[in-house]
Amino acid sequence: MGMTAIEKILARNGDGEVVRPGDIVTVRVETAILFDNNFMDTTWREILEVKDPGKVIVVFDHRAPAAQVASARAHKRGREFVRQFGIDRFHDIGPEQGISHVLVADHGYGLPGTVLVCGDSHTCSAGVFNLAARGVGAPDMTYAVTMGETWFRVGETIRYDLHGTLPPGVFAKDVFLYLADRYGDHATLNIEVGGPALAALPINARRTLATMAAELSAEFATFEPDEIMLAHVRARTQQPFEAQYPDADAVYADRRRIDLDAIEPLVALPDTVLNNSRPLGDVAGTPIDQAFVGSCANGTLDDLEVTARVLHGRRIDLGVRMIVTPGSQGIYREALRLGYLQSIVDAGAVVTNATCGACGGGSLGVLGPGETCITASTRNFKGRMGDPSARIFMASPATVAASAIAGTIASPLAYFR
Amino acid sequence: MKGGGGMVFRGRVWLTGDNINTDLILPIQAYYLPIEEQASWVFSANRPGWAAQVRQGDILVAGRNFGMGSSRPAARSLKNLGLACLVADSINGLFYRNAVNFAFPALEAPGVAGMFQEGEVAEVSFEDFSVSRAAGRAGLPTLPMPPQLLRILKAGGIYPLLEGLGKIAPVDG
Repeated sequence: MGMTAIEKILARNGDGEVVRPGDIVTVRVETAILFDNNFMDTTWREILEVKDPGKVIVVFDHRAPAAQVASARAHKRGREFVRQFGIDRFHDIGPEQGISHVLVADHGYGLPGTVLVCGDSHTCSAGVFNLAARGVGAPDMTYAVTMGETWFRVGETIRYDLHGTLPPGVFAKDVFLYLADRYGDHATLNIEVGGPALAALPINARRTLATMAAELSAEFATFEPDEIMLAHVRARTQQPFEAQYPDADAVYADRRRIDLDAIEPLVALPDTVLNNSRPLGDVAGTPIDQAFVGSCANGTLDDLEVTARVLHGRRIDLGVRMIVTPGSQGIYREALRLGYLQSIVDAGAVVTNATCGACGGGSLGVLGPGETCITASTRNFKGRMGDPSARIFMASPATVAASAIAGTIASPLAYFR
Repeated sequence: MKGGGGMVFRGRVWLTGDNINTDLILPIQAYYLPIEEQASWVFSANRPGWAAQVRQGDILVAGRNFGMGSSRPAARSLKNLGLACLVADSINGLFYRNAVNFAFPALEAPGVAGMFQEGEVAEVSFEDFSVSRAAGRAGLPTLPMPPQLLRILKAGGIYPLLEGLGKIAPVDG
């Protein structure tokens, strides 16, 4: 009886024994990412010993640049920690600023076949690179940084096989909304993604899918390795690694086929993405106050390209505030060079620095009482982006941009014919 | 906790539903407040005024996938609110880690969500892993908490363990 990809990764980073659902495994942590929230007064516990500073990365993303003194204090403490323990990979406010999960992809920090932990729930994003990558809590991070290991409860795995081709104007976010609607939560379960259509999905589209697995409450989202992924990582790191393929006789709790051709643009209604998506026809015409494109799920260069393509030469509705937040300053610079930001800003949108920003309701686009937002980001929980009476619809960047132009929720398909 | 030093909790039941997320437990507006004040914000968006009604030792009973969402220390707020423990049909994996690490006792018992009326008294045992109506006889088995994790819980969470190992500094005062 073989193992799934995630079981093999956990096995080789643990004691080497076979890993089965139901096990609790202790594994070596190859990469531990601390971010600014970890250094807040209400969270930080002073670390006296770091197991291996070479395995630690520090990123300021949730509160960057600082909008409150509390955040400024956290950043100051983070810089002191970096100096004290000689952390080389440090992403302060500046040219290499960005959202931790985006930086993992930009810089090749996620080594296939290894374990990566970070105190943010969307850490599963790195599963694209065939990692056991999981969001954990701040106490877990303190343990991982000081002890060099962590534990996982091993769940059963659902295998998704992708087939076909996405129609024009339909994107990875729509695939996610389809999955979330059809299958609901994946609590205690792992997701494995592969199939013949994987090769045609760019890394950035895969990243949207993997990042959003957090919203399905999956334990891990691990992609089967392929040449595109391996080339992406090899172009960014000299570190050796061994990607892990699932065994041919791996045991899955379920095996599901996703036909990309059959997917249409979808919108999740407010408060949850679980079993809550609608075709555009059902919600088109709903007036919006704010449109947002950004976050670790939709702040990629491809997301900015699509947003720019829809907005180019057009003007967003006067009643709409549109906010666009690149996932990293590296992506920001590239989008600037390629003219995407020009198209976006000319259309009347505001482009912010790379940060988590409006996605978490912390800054740069907080919603007021009773307002309506359509967002291409990670979460539409009640109160997530500001006042609890605000309504948050979720869709792809193309749908968000089309809606910003219309002033109401609108289909993007006309822009992609 | 009831006699003998064992982990058995008896308390008044509060009910909550499926897929309760971390933003409902620890909203962003509470994030910058001192830790003690964060607890008063629990469920302020979906059940305003509730946090003030919770008494020390009450028990929260929930449906599926409790604590879905972010890594924020939502379990700490429930503990600081005075809740003795949580029993849910299922608990989100990330919330579960935080519960263990912040020493907020939490167990999964499929079917528990339909077992109680709000205000009834429940008895939850971490000794034989069961939940029962204190007034009645019928008990429901819970999923056991693995011994490694129970050790962390009983030690008062991960921080006291790391303090003991000299890995982190004790809290001042």
